[in-house]
Amino acid sequence: MTIPRRHFDALIIGAGGAGLNAARRLAGADLRVAVVSKVFPTRSHTVAAQGGVNAALANVLPDNWHWHMFDTVKGSDYLGDQDAIEYMCREAIPTVYELEHAGVPFSRLDTGKIYQRAFGGMSQNFGGEQAARTCAAADRTGHAILHALYQQNLRARTHFFDEFFAIDLLRDDEGYCLGALVLEIETGEPLVIESKTTLIATGGYGQVFRTTTNAYINTGDGMAMALRAGVPLQDMEFYQFHPTGVAGKGMLITEGARGEGGYLINVRGERFMERYAPRALDLASRDVVSRAIASEVREGRGCGEHGDHVLLKLDHLGKDVVGRRLPGIRDICRTFLGLDPAEEPIPVFPTAHYAMGGIPTDRFGRVVAPARHGPEEVVPGLYAAGECACVSVHGANRLGGNSLLDILVFGRAAGTDMLQYLRENPNHRPLPDAALDQAAGRLARWDRKGDGESIATIKAELRKLMEDHCSVFRTREVMAEGLAKLKALRERIEGARLKDHSRTFNTARIEALELDNLMDVGMATLCSALYREESRGAHSRIDFPKRNDAEWMKHSLYQRDGDRMDFKPVRTKPLTVDSFPPKERVY
Amino acid sequence: MKFRVYRYNPDTDPKPRMVDYEIKTPPGMMLREALLEIKRQDEGFAFRHSCGEGVCGSDGMNVNGKNRLACITLVAGLKEPVEVRPFPGRPVIRDLVVDMSQFYEQYRNVQPYLVRKDPLPEAEILQSPADRDKLDGLYECILCGCCSTSCPSFWWNPDKFHGPAALLQAWRFLADSRDQATDERLDALEGPYKLFRCHTIMSCVEVCPKGLNPTRAIGHIKELMLAKGL
Repeated sequence: MTIPRRHFDALIIGAGGAGLNAARRLAGADLRVAVVSKVFPTRSHTVAAQGGVNAALANVLPDNWHWHMFDTVKGSDYLGDQDAIEYMCREAIPTVYELEHAGVPFSRLDTGKIYQRAFGGMSQNFGGEQAARTCAAADRTGHAILHALYQQNLRARTHFFDEFFAIDLLRDDEGYCLGALVLEIETGEPLVIESKTTLIATGGYGQVFRTTTNAYINTGDGMAMALRAGVPLQDMEFYQFHPTGVAGKGMLITEGARGEGGYLINVRGERFMERYAPRALDLASRDVVSRAIASEVREGRGCGEHGDHVLLKLDHLGKDVVGRRLPGIRDICRTFLGLDPAEEPIPVFPTAHYAMGGIPTDRFGRVVAPARHGPEEVVPGLYAAGECACVSVHGANRLGGNSLLDILVFGRAAGTDMLQYLRENPNHRPLPDAALDQAAGRLARWDRKGDGESIATIKAELRKLMEDHCSVFRTREVMAEGLAKLKALRERIEGARLKDHSRTFNTARIEALELDNLMDVGMATLCSALYREESRGAHSRIDFPKRNDAEWMKHSLYQRDGDRMDFKPVRTKPLTVDSFPPKERVY
Repeated sequence: MKFRVYRYNPDTDPKPRMVDYEIKTPPGMMLREALLEIKRQDEGFAFRHSCGEGVCGSDGMNVNGKNRLACITLVAGLKEPVEVRPFPGRPVIRDLVVDMSQFYEQYRNVQPYLVRKDPLPEAEILQSPADRDKLDGLYECILCGCCSTSCPSFWWNPDKFHGPAALLQAWRFLADSRDQATDERLDALEGPYKLFRCHTIMSCVEVCPKGLNPTRAIGHIKELMLAKGL
């Protein structure tokens, strides 16, 4: 069978904020841009981001990008690369204005300027008073941004492949990325998209955990594709548990709820954050608040029949603030809990939320991997941006409001660098048939017939395993047991079979391909977490409770081949300012 | 609880059929979870879904005769057997998955993006809180399609009538103090079909899972047209 081929200047895999901001940049320069997305673009998970996007606009309180940079470096527990962080915090300001010009309906101040709220880990003057830096469209900022970006791409006539699933990247012998093999979900037919440049913008992988704020589609597809193409994943041990997911259910309750004045209480009604972060209280960094909640519950001060959660109190804010600033949160509480947060507190617990790690890139969005000449050699033609990438601006812990910022800034930066690359590499390189073998094989594997375990069984076990063995608090014993189980589970996937082999809109087949991806990123996460013997940011080892800069101030790299671990240094030198040396991190 | 679900796989089924399922429904269960339980019994069952909290707009479907989002529909309140069908009036691809391309095309037809003609300032374009409030009830649309696919005028003329979802977005940009394409937008809506096929039946208002009101938006567009015409 010959697979049909299409040709583009740029292929973008994923239609969330990173992909669409890159697409907009490229389509605006009259290039042929293909955006491949397994869902209609406005279904991408950027749509669910609530609280806002950070930029030192100083609309409410004094601010500048350098303070934002300090907060981000400190928030990262000094694992973030300071060149990329400086770039992001500087670029934040024009990026937000550009979005506003694109039509994003930001909430407004009486001055007519963009509304900015307080968020966790944000300070004035290098660790002083709380800052107001998070630009918000009520508590639907992601929705407002994603729709505006999609709309501007319609205007730019970007070519969308809606409901096409990317199977694998295509590389030639010299390592150039030449595009991807994709599957049209409606027809079940494969398609080769040859492209001079390819951007992976597929988002996160929260579905590897049982309880998560992430959508069903967040299965780490791009990260796993990178692994299979021989690219390692960086810092995968750093997975953020958001302090306030709805207990037992997982829906996100934005940090903006605390930014607007909400606070946490335990079963005794104590405002327990006073003990963990005496100054910043409920607006300490997310890793700090999540550990505090988990500790309260472990030590028997949890709420509810099973003492398994704490309460987020908003009722003192009044109906007007809740209705104006947090309408989406009110809807979620009414729908899923049958309560009005303006009257009753919300049961919350730390919930799997965000991957700090991912595909290693530089600050231009170029994928870098260890090769002949060192740990950071550019993979020609291949880019990554957004949650699937690791620039690294978040290091060991991401600050709230920095993820919308990351996807927008680095989506755009990748688009800009792709333009440059295309000027220097104006022609398609030949795609050898052999380059298709691995991708086609992966697709054919799920055509095997006969009896075998179901996808659903293995997926459920994987998610339970990751939650039990790789959660907020970690030990070698628990993780090593988890890794043994995970390796056994990976063997079992070989014996799994689909019952349904029909072509038309076969969602079972898509879920099988997603399970392959989840298995790969789950393995990367657990191997990396077991490897790092210190506590830093979101990675809390009970057996190694201290940060250890002498041995561990370095990025980890996981290679799929042999589950190998490697590392590379942190870039501590910013672009123009002095570096922020590691300090004890208190809030 | 008993569920009766529309099933059709064009690769294997000569024609669509309704299939009965019995599902255990713990308190608080949403329809999406019940459908996932059916999928665990039969992996061949196809429906779109993603965020699970009513913001991505993937899982619109017809439930006991009314268009809803499965992920924010409690099963407890539903009459048994719960009849689950694809959106009415759209070609079925498989099971509950329908072809929404005409719906998206109508959305594209209203030029759903901010148009600015003046030179851009180096900071934000200013907008008063009162002007920003005019976008509330408009920008929150998630393009789920519940409204347009329950609109009889859209059933009859999906190629010519923009439908409630697209018209809500047409008004969203007309109502935005920053937009500078009012005349072009109004001109583009002229003629007997694009806007004026709305007969104020208000099915759209009744079904919108986000509580939005396309009929009122359409009324505002008509008022603005009249005002401009005078």
